[in-house]
Amino acid sequence: MSSEAGQQHPLGIYYKIWILLFVLSGFSYAVDYYHVEGGLRWFLVITFMFLKAGFITAIFMHVVWERLALVLTILVPPVALLFLIGFMTVEGNYTEGTRYQYRGDDPTLMPLSPSDIHGGGHGEEAAH
Amino acid sequence: MSETAAIQGNPEGVEGLVEDWASDKQTYNVPWGKAMMWIFLVSDTFIFTCFLTGYLNVRLTTTEPWPLQTEIFALTLFGQSIPLVLIAIMTFILITSSGSMALAVNFGYRRDKQKTFWLMVITAVLGASFVGMQAFEWTKLIVDEGIRPWGNPYGAAQFGSVFFMVTGFHGLHVTGGVIYLLIVANKVRKGHYDKKGYEIVEIAGLYWHFVDLVWVFIFAFFYLL
Repeated sequence: MSSEAGQQHPLGIYYKIWILLFVLSGFSYAVDYYHVEGGLRWFLVITFMFLKAGFITAIFMHVVWERLALVLTILVPPVALLFLIGFMTVEGNYTEGTRYQYRGDDPTLMPLSPSDIHGGGHGEEAAH
Repeated sequence: MSETAAIQGNPEGVEGLVEDWASDKQTYNVPWGKAMMWIFLVSDTFIFTCFLTGYLNVRLTTTEPWPLQTEIFALTLFGQSIPLVLIAIMTFILITSSGSMALAVNFGYRRDKQKTFWLMVITAVLGASFVGMQAFEWTKLIVDEGIRPWGNPYGAAQFGSVFFMVTGFHGLHVTGGVIYLLIVANKVRKGHYDKKGYEIVEIAGLYWHFVDLVWVFIFAFFYLL
């Protein structure tokens, strides 16, 4: 009786989503592997991220098959987090600006890479 | 269970939403354990998002250069430095475990105890191997690369603090999930849910998929961007 109320779906959809998640992860990894940089990198990585997150939530966690009352309870509260992220981005940019402007920090500093630290040797060869 | 039967005739969509909230009765047409798991997961979403927003904020505000993640997480295999290879393997392991968990839930509802038990054990083993690889990764970062929560040789000190905090918190979730799955799997094997129904496997599955979901975001923000 109680099992009939639960989420029962054909196995095929799970296999399809499973493969899709592998492919999308492969794409994200390819973005890094082929050194896609700049705005395109951000766009691709975030697109694949949201697609994966969406498929996991919708199919694996069965959200598409739930009643609207539960779906909205799950999805509406996190909207507040989008505001938090937005506000903190604005605030963060402002703070960074004031640090450059009033503290005189050097905006041209570059990070070091492991090959700089461990000495050139094998690091040079590894870098293409 | 009589509520479930009564609800079958309910309309779908917005009309159903109004109906569910309006009548003087239980709002959510799911077992209470599942509703509570969802409430917990929503609150956990807030915790992880606050951590990630903290990461966003320190990364934006620091005027020190941010360490080059792809180079720090590169691993030398067969004398070749391959970027992010360990992280890629960890990602694929977690997705595989999510898939096996989804199948376990399905076989649970079919009351196939054998398959449910073994699929849950496979999921737990994959989860444990994920934690093992994370321990390996941390060891490499701490011992070989000299990254500490309070500083590192490559750039901004905040990198170590947020990295260890967020991946550590996620690792704790995976560890807890492995224990949780093994307990539920054992109860499945013993037939404890024959009378109660197998929703409990789905509830455990929700938690496990959530852990995978969080990793999707960590993978993007800590390793790729």
